[in-house]
Amino acid sequence: MALAAEDAACTFGERAWSMPIDVRYVAKLARLALSPDEVESYGAQLTDFLTHVDALRELDTQDVPATAQVIHARNVGREDAVTPCLARDEVLAGAPQAYGSYFRVPRIIGAEE
Amino acid sequence: MAQTAMEIAADVNARRRSAREVTREALARIERTDGDVGAYLTRLDEFALEHAEGVDARVGAGETLPLAGVPLAIKDNMCVRGTRTTCGSKILADWVAPYTATAVLRLLEAGAIPLGKTNLDEFAMGSSCENSALGVTRNPYDLERVPGGSSGGSAAAVAADEAVIATGSDTGGSIREPAAFCNVVGFKPTYGRVSRYGLVAFASSLDQIGPFARTVEDAALVYDVIAGKDPMDATSVDLPVEPTARHLRDDLNGIRVGIVREFTTDALPAVVADVYSIAYRELEKLGATLVDVSLPTAQYGLATYYLIAPAECSSNLARFDGVRYGLRVNGSDVTEMYEKTRAAGFGAEVKRRILIGTYALSSGYYDAYYVKAQKVRTLIAADFAKAFERCDVIASPAASSPAFRFNAKSDPYSMYLMDYYTIPVSLAGLPSLSVPCGAVIPEDGTRPMPMGLQLVTPLFEERRLLGVANAFEKATQHASKLTPQIAGARA
Repeated sequence: MALAAEDAACTFGERAWSMPIDVRYVAKLARLALSPDEVESYGAQLTDFLTHVDALRELDTQDVPATAQVIHARNVGREDAVTPCLARDEVLAGAPQAYGSYFRVPRIIGAEE
Repeated sequence: MAQTAMEIAADVNARRRSAREVTREALARIERTDGDVGAYLTRLDEFALEHAEGVDARVGAGETLPLAGVPLAIKDNMCVRGTRTTCGSKILADWVAPYTATAVLRLLEAGAIPLGKTNLDEFAMGSSCENSALGVTRNPYDLERVPGGSSGGSAAAVAADEAVIATGSDTGGSIREPAAFCNVVGFKPTYGRVSRYGLVAFASSLDQIGPFARTVEDAALVYDVIAGKDPMDATSVDLPVEPTARHLRDDLNGIRVGIVREFTTDALPAVVADVYSIAYRELEKLGATLVDVSLPTAQYGLATYYLIAPAECSSNLARFDGVRYGLRVNGSDVTEMYEKTRAAGFGAEVKRRILIGTYALSSGYYDAYYVKAQKVRTLIAADFAKAFERCDVIASPAASSPAFRFNAKSDPYSMYLMDYYTIPVSLAGLPSLSVPCGAVIPEDGTRPMPMGLQLVTPLFEERRLLGVANAFEKATQHASKLTPQIAGARA
């Protein structure tokens, strides 16, 4: 079962290497407004960048486990004890807008629909 | 030559000098030279003098502090409560930290004096400090050249004698490359050795805090203070830390130094390659045996790193959205507010890496790029483990060239290549440092520019690493053969 899922991912992965990059879509995912000039320059740079990282395809990694971190730490826990936390006023002082003891944000719910 | 941290702490602990006196001299020095160097983004004169007074009081009450009165520069991606912490970015230009990073806290408790916050490439992304949105830092050995990066301000501060020790953070080479460029020692401990609580995150599986100093012994002294488990950072390792500073060897008898076949210096200009051939011979003269080792997958380090680090950065930097910290640019709705804030707040390199990382993590590409890179990372770490069956320490160049001129690397990938030798080491999480090993006069310059030797040991073998570097440094004294361009820098 797990093997089949990985096979499917690899097949899809192979196709991914050659796809053109939709920079506007990626920027949307990253919540980053780009100017038309930036769309053009980043598009070219990303395409160029992918030709460099393409080299990784030379390596057979079929049976290699992925490394997320190198020190082999497992389930680090600690006492569930109450300790002092940051001073609320100091934290809120660093926010662009605060209201009482809250971060203030533009209306999200009930905006014109 | 100016005093080392070891000497200053001895003087202050013996009450031959006061921490206040040392601090006043250091602040005056910054006043004279930092207009040329630009190492600091924020100066903390008042805080420094106040803290020095506290150190004098503790010493007066009979305490002995490992860093009593030692002038310290702090990279500006580390929080110090009540002072601004900018990360060299417009998005945090006015943000004041509500707490202090553990590494900084430990240094202050050990008696170090915080002189100020130093310049860096924005969010520690870069190799020249040119990506800072808030200031220009110049190389004290040639003011027309970059100090390296991302911890360029910290390296330049120590090189210009505007601090005796400094903190840096290293994700792919950000301590070692600027140390090499500025003729100082720069040390990245094993991943997890030093708490990162209060370090603004860039790539969490790679980031590590470490010291800059003028001598290996001073770097060891700082390491002894900052290393060790911290309950505030679950990724800090709970292993005993052997003290290093007073336990450093000064010969290399019986040490096998691995020279990496694939890191051949043939591709480097002959004058640069010569510096390393000579450095390897110097290691031999001290009693080491040179052995040939192979890291066949190290050449894939750069490609691997530039998928993993941007992926993690795109995730970590999602928190800068105009809600909790720093800058906000209003929009017609909340999404437009996020998009405009981030567009106005981030610089070109940060945007580039966020886009690369978002792409590499996006649906349909995750396995092809991110997982693939994580698998290659396994191979790179395994190559190092195998190499260390045949040697005790690996030696290589720390950077691909000496410090270059401003605006010399306009193509992003040519900048990334500066870290060719440091990146594989970071991916494997290994402890590593750069120690001065000679100088060359670049083709486009007239002043000799320093070079760094990178040394690497297996995980958690910091004492061995610092010992080998100490022996090399004591025998060769390369750093003292160069004079900074800054007037009276080493007066």
